[in-house]
Amino acid sequence: MDFFLNRFPVYLDGALITLLITVLGSALAFVLAMAVGILGTLRNPVARAAATVYTEAFRGVAALVLLFWFAYAIPQITPYELSPMFVGVLALGLNVGAYGAEVVRAAINAVPAAQTEATIALNMSWLRRMRSVLLPQAWAQMLPTFGNLVIELMKASAIVSLINVADLTDVAGRMRASSSETILSYGSALVMYFVIAQLLIVGMRTLERRANRRLGRAPARGSLLDLLRPPTPGTKVGTAE
Amino acid sequence: MNWDTEFAISIIPRLLEGLAVTVQATVIGYAVALVLGLVVAILRRMDYIGPVVFVVFEFIRTTPVLVQLLFVFALAPPAVTPLTIGITVLGVHYAAYTAEVYRSGIEGVAKGQWEACRALSLPPLRVWGAVVMPQAIRKVIPPLGNYLISMFKDTPYLFAITVGEMMFVAKAIGTEAFRSMEAYTLAGLFFLAVSVPSAVIIRRLERRYAAV
Repeated sequence: MDFFLNRFPVYLDGALITLLITVLGSALAFVLAMAVGILGTLRNPVARAAATVYTEAFRGVAALVLLFWFAYAIPQITPYELSPMFVGVLALGLNVGAYGAEVVRAAINAVPAAQTEATIALNMSWLRRMRSVLLPQAWAQMLPTFGNLVIELMKASAIVSLINVADLTDVAGRMRASSSETILSYGSALVMYFVIAQLLIVGMRTLERRANRRLGRAPARGSLLDLLRPPTPGTKVGTAE
Repeated sequence: MNWDTEFAISIIPRLLEGLAVTVQATVIGYAVALVLGLVVAILRRMDYIGPVVFVVFEFIRTTPVLVQLLFVFALAPPAVTPLTIGITVLGVHYAAYTAEVYRSGIEGVAKGQWEACRALSLPPLRVWGAVVMPQAIRKVIPPLGNYLISMFKDTPYLFAITVGEMMFVAKAIGTEAFRSMEAYTLAGLFFLAVSVPSAVIIRRLERRYAAV
């Protein structure tokens, strides 16, 4: 315990960098996912092809490869040297954004066709249809998967330590080098990652509940604990007993 | 500094060797994840053991696999090869995901099926082997396939524990020749060359099983 208490401020600095990259990366991923996802629902074949190319390319390449490509390959052919933080946000945002785009596309397409037909019957413009009918319904469906993606991005952010960003993983590595307490130094970092993940889960669940309430669906009721991870392992749909 | 095609061609064989290690680690690690995930999914349904297994795997699932790799690598005795460590950690990490998939598949089996088993007083082994699992497995094939691809894309992390997979080779080439562009770009293209066709195959499987 002393080990962790003494080094807590250093770990906290690392955790803040990890959180910062998570927030910025998620913001980039969200914007990309929305833009590309909506592009993928258009009837225009060029728009759809562009969306497919983006998703397949950035889903297909590992985030680590993207990261190294931006960090080490780009400076060799262009005069630009990107800051490691920026590279991290860019690589993670582009990668996770590609997964998000598929989620957005699927969620919009899953809104019942009658809803779209109604907007056409009411002579709504495309923008109006998206903004007031399709997106609010798709939104509630996207959120659970978005929650998982944010956690994925947070976990993947550990790779920025490989390009010398002082994130939580980097701090853990340095603590291990200076104290040779392997279990304590990495264990502390893992626990902090776990705590960050639980905080993100609670945040996303709150958003989900709000989205469902706004659509007039029964809100999942309950306390903070219920927000952590439903369905709990106790939910057995059918058992042999 | 520009793209050097001759150099790029000269490094292809080495990168392909790295790719072979990447694929090998993915395939063995995935086998571990498939088997262990099923065990975890079944253990989670038990009293007392269930909640403990749940918390342990929840922890594994929500913390970065890179840190887990570094952690185990630092603790493991020198006799264990880095590749073995990498495959084990990746397999256990992904078991946390596949367990969730199996769970949703098992819970998705209609309640009437369980009741019918009870009415026929089938022994538990037959309930699982002949009724529940055949129905559950079919539903979970597409999501399990997706995890195969994500696992493939997580194997570059093994480079951090000195496994000679593709990223490790690419980095080594970059350091030796002072040329990173070709190595990393080719590594990226090789990744696409494996993962895009796999995604297409899995999507086709998904369509086929969704129709059933």
